[in-house]
Amino acid sequence: MRKIRILLAKPGLDGHDRGIKVVARALRDAGMEVIYSGLHQTPEQIVSTALQEGVDGIGLSILSGAHNAIFPKLMAFLKEKGLSDLLVFGGGTIPSKDRERLKAMGVGEIFTPGTDTQDVVNYLRGELEKKQDSKS
Amino acid sequence: MAFGKRSKRQDLDLQSNPMAFKNLSGFVIDPVYTSENIAQLDAERDLGRPGEFPFTRGIHQTMYRGRSWTIRQLGSLGSSEEANIRIRKLLDMGATGVSICLDMPTIMGRDSDDPLCEGEVGSSGGVAIDSITDVRQILDGIDLDRISINWVSNAQSSVILAFFVAVAEERGISADKLTGTLQNDILKEYQAQKSFYFPPRPSMRLTVDIIKYCCRNMPRFNPISISGYHIASAGGNPIQELAFTLANGFTYVEETLKAGIDVDQFAPRLSFFFKVHNDFFENIAKYRAARRIWARTIKEQFKAKDERSWLFRVHTQTSGSSLTAQQPENNIIRTTLQALSAVLAGTQSLHTNAFDEAHSIPSPRSERLALRTQQIIAHESGVINTADPLGGSYYLESLTNKMEEEVYQYFEKIENLGGVLAGIEKGFFQREIADSAYRYQKDIENKRRIIVGLNEYKEDGEEPIELRETDPVFEGRKIAELKAFKNQREQKRVAARIEQIHEVARGDGEFMPLFIEAAKDGLTLGEIIGAMQDVFGEYREEAIY
Repeated sequence: MRKIRILLAKPGLDGHDRGIKVVARALRDAGMEVIYSGLHQTPEQIVSTALQEGVDGIGLSILSGAHNAIFPKLMAFLKEKGLSDLLVFGGGTIPSKDRERLKAMGVGEIFTPGTDTQDVVNYLRGELEKKQDSKS
Repeated sequence: MAFGKRSKRQDLDLQSNPMAFKNLSGFVIDPVYTSENIAQLDAERDLGRPGEFPFTRGIHQTMYRGRSWTIRQLGSLGSSEEANIRIRKLLDMGATGVSICLDMPTIMGRDSDDPLCEGEVGSSGGVAIDSITDVRQILDGIDLDRISINWVSNAQSSVILAFFVAVAEERGISADKLTGTLQNDILKEYQAQKSFYFPPRPSMRLTVDIIKYCCRNMPRFNPISISGYHIASAGGNPIQELAFTLANGFTYVEETLKAGIDVDQFAPRLSFFFKVHNDFFENIAKYRAARRIWARTIKEQFKAKDERSWLFRVHTQTSGSSLTAQQPENNIIRTTLQALSAVLAGTQSLHTNAFDEAHSIPSPRSERLALRTQQIIAHESGVINTADPLGGSYYLESLTNKMEEEVYQYFEKIENLGGVLAGIEKGFFQREIADSAYRYQKDIENKRRIIVGLNEYKEDGEEPIELRETDPVFEGRKIAELKAFKNQREQKRVAARIEQIHEVARGDGEFMPLFIEAAKDGLTLGEIIGAMQDVFGEYREEAIY
């Protein structure tokens, strides 16, 4: 089976990249291929990287409070490019009421501070297998 | 009563935990320390008395009996009007200085109307500063010659300082009366916090330009706060925080000397910023080692003669990254212990975090509690009654020596790389910090390190906590205000100033006097930074993880 390919992206203006880099390393250690975008990516740039790299999922890390502006934009661009079925997940300081709202618009899961990286690995494996099964 | 009989169930069972006796830097701690551990220590040479070289025991003779530390809480939030209200309130509650944080657009050198800033104007607990108007509003009614203002600004420091000086001058207060601090520490931005615009070398030129301006015109103002806090927040362990901060400090000294300024002219104005993390004694040893290394190097290597040049003066913030989102009230206890260790370490000023910060920026209630924590330590605990109450502890002195040794090993590595700037360009610091961050995370996940409520003693279900809501209409209002401000300026003067900035950037002239004039002509932060960027270019880092 092909390795799971994940794009991890850091949208927005802040430089809080400790979390996303730890997750990147944990996914890599779990045998996934990880593409980390680096800082200050716009939703357009993220979607275009996802297309180029042919990834199975996109994870966004947002600690700036801009999640309510960024996720909807990303979802709209994905739809525009015909990538609506791509798994989108996120992490950061995102209050529970916003997490619910984001999930309702199609974001798979939002991980908050204190998450065990193994939970992220298990989540991605589980979701991507489900997607495989439903395709075949 | 069964005294002496311990119930097994109440034991914390520390023996079975392999990390229980290692500190955050990974040093194995001995079961007990005795005079043998510090046999090499010469108390007179290595410790001195408080207020005496090499200042291991603190920079003042009487420490907090003479003067309490500055209780410095954050006074910024969203709009400049709100920030002003918050600052006044903090001063009313007994704060003696304030820190002003910037919102993300300001930190990234962009104006509120920049399309890339959508959703982030007034965010991250910072205030949006576009022009002199905002600074005028933030400081309205504040005694600028009495209250010390700490601007949490880095890459944008020169512009913020220009706005500050211009506003003070409007109010008839000359720059030499102003007190406070700029963070202005660009090296740690490349290493850890990642808010930079230009390549490292032109950024360093700008930092030195500010130090030079302040030396000549603002003798009561600290032009830089060399910061380990962000190195630790990005994952660096305490020894890395200590070593990299000092290495950065010495780099600023070398660069300022190259600009032709005498060491005793600027070294007394250099200040530092540390984080206190969970390990109580490791925190304290870090400060003691820092003071000793700084004093010796500045005196012996850089030949400073003024005693004030030898002093490692430090602001402290409790550890934001130690706060857990789970069982948030536990953070009150963590913060209290960290704050107590900062006081026992001899900090000059202190910021205590609010317990809800793993969720959002603080609520008024949590903010008040954070401030009260410091007042309780100061007035009720008795730890301030004597200077350096822990001096001479076998364990602490031994730990201080050990940290000092490790710092010199890092200095050698950095030297071999060609210095701090070369080390940044080679990704050395970034890799060191990323490695420590990952190791720390794995230690928590494998329960080698226990964080109460996070990986042990967990409870099901999240209790809701009171969160501060950000104002949803603020961004639109700010953009409209900025547009109106831009329209009423004399456009010809704006264009001429931008051309002048290009010229200075291409040559080797001074920026600060020009920026102050530009601020008065209404140039915005984004315009001034943008003009420099036209010449210096943009820096993009290679992500290391």
